[in-house]
Amino acid sequence: MSTDRSAGVRLGRGLIWIAVVFGAVVAIVPFLWMLGGSFRPEADLFANPARIWPETWTLHGYQEIWRELPFLRLVANTFIFAGVTTILCLLFDSMAAYALSRLRFRGQNLAFWLVIATLMVPVQITLVPVFMTLFDLGWLDTYQGLIIPRATSAFGIFMLRQFFQSIPRELDEAARIDGAGHLRIYARIILPLAKPALATLAVLHFMNLWNDLLWPLVMTSSMEMRTLPAGLTLFGGQHVTDHAVLLAGATISLLPLAVAFFLAQKYFVRGVATTGLK
Amino acid sequence: MSVKIAAPPAAGIRRPPGRRRRRFQPAVAFLLPSGLILGVFIIFPIFQSLWMSLHAWRIGAQSQPWVGLDNYRRLLADPQFANALRVTLVFTLVSVVVLLVLGFLVAYWLQRTTRFSKILRSAYFFPTVVALSVIGIVWRFMLDPDIGLVAGIWKTFGLEPVAWLRSPELALPTVIAVGIWKSLGFTMILLLAGLQGVPEHLYEAAKLDGAGPWQQVRHVTLPSIRPALLFAAVILTIQSLQAFDLIYAMTAGGPLFSTETLVTFMYRQSFQNFDFGYGSAIAWALFIVIMIISALQLRLFRYNDVD
Repeated sequence: MSTDRSAGVRLGRGLIWIAVVFGAVVAIVPFLWMLGGSFRPEADLFANPARIWPETWTLHGYQEIWRELPFLRLVANTFIFAGVTTILCLLFDSMAAYALSRLRFRGQNLAFWLVIATLMVPVQITLVPVFMTLFDLGWLDTYQGLIIPRATSAFGIFMLRQFFQSIPRELDEAARIDGAGHLRIYARIILPLAKPALATLAVLHFMNLWNDLLWPLVMTSSMEMRTLPAGLTLFGGQHVTDHAVLLAGATISLLPLAVAFFLAQKYFVRGVATTGLK
Repeated sequence: MSVKIAAPPAAGIRRPPGRRRRRFQPAVAFLLPSGLILGVFIIFPIFQSLWMSLHAWRIGAQSQPWVGLDNYRRLLADPQFANALRVTLVFTLVSVVVLLVLGFLVAYWLQRTTRFSKILRSAYFFPTVVALSVIGIVWRFMLDPDIGLVAGIWKTFGLEPVAWLRSPELALPTVIAVGIWKSLGFTMILLLAGLQGVPEHLYEAAKLDGAGPWQQVRHVTLPSIRPALLFAAVILTIQSLQAFDLIYAMTAGGPLFSTETLVTFMYRQSFQNFDFGYGSAIAWALFIVIMIISALQLRLFRYNDVD
């Protein structure tokens, strides 16, 4: 190899590395700007919008957001909606998956295909009828209305069923000989062995629910019942607001997921790669 | 988990008659919660939605008369629907093509796991974790011609600030760019899984045959990761066709409907005009578009297989 060529190759590789690193910086900078902006007074932003970090600091945004919105309520709502729904989903999905992979019953194939079929239908189709059903039940703008229709997911059932299939049947057979019933096999053998899959699914569900906009936007109507994405989006749309207030709200709203991401990145990556991502 | 599980009901005390029945029982219990929820809130509403799309179903109207396919005919004649369909298709086509190309480049470059590449991958991936609506809010400020970072950088180059989101010509490209920015890390992860599955000996063999880096990419990498590419293409397409959150937070479909997608159009008709019959018809049109395009993609990739 001539040195000429290898110098060219090295230069090319260097340029590509610069581009790739630049891309990674571009992926992160808006969040730093958001964090900085949430502490910047208006004048500071106007004076030099090209800066990422504040020159003068203010807590104005973080003080105002509690006054202009029932912000604590929004945070609590989002935790309740995402948290309770995730727990119910894991329970119900794993129960259904257990039945589909370990029990024999009439209509088993039909049940499985129904689950697959519902995976293909976009949520937008069911939105209007579900809205009407919740209206009839008097569940619009309530926690049960937000949570119960979402408390199982076809994707979760499908994914867990596939995972349960990979657990050797000898294990439950041995337990059955020891006199264990289905409830015990499900709770004592299958669930503990499925922990990695359940953790991945939990992260995925929690993230999707925490971030969801369309569902809470449609199924709630009072600010008291909104979640963070819905509340902040509506607030941002109605008012020509102070940037600091909205940026403070945005910062707080992504904090829990950002922390979880740094602690357990592999579950996010795994969950997203299996793609029950909306 | 230290939850104490109650012992199962003592079997054998009283067995229901017939073997089949006894076997049927636990399945019912295990399937009941999910089955009930899926039935009431997904499967039944699918039929309900179809039914509603065949009626003039408006909130507040005296009656909901059967109108057959009128809602669908109205859809085909509605310039707003044509506009939303066009915007959705442009959004999807540009997003998916750019994401696959950029996502492949980044994933290819970062496929070897070193400490440095891991940090870069995390950086690319991070926006995937954040809500699209929050990203929409942040970027709306980032793109503000007075206080936004983009305008600030723009000005340091001596250029006039532009109100990207307030211009009917620029709003759609801008929203598409932000969508691509958000999904690049996601695409990278999907393709990375494929890249890391390419067996090393294929590269070795190609090298022995005298293949340079480009030829290796063309003749080894791309053919090997075709399943991952197809998967990514289908997933990204379905997501883009359903675009709502980002657009609702950034432009709410404006200015002058220049960023109105099928889902923002459906949302407006259903939950602002409360025209449920029409809204349902739009949702079914969306479903049909998704099915057609997904089928085309699967077809296209299979045809290429023959070559």
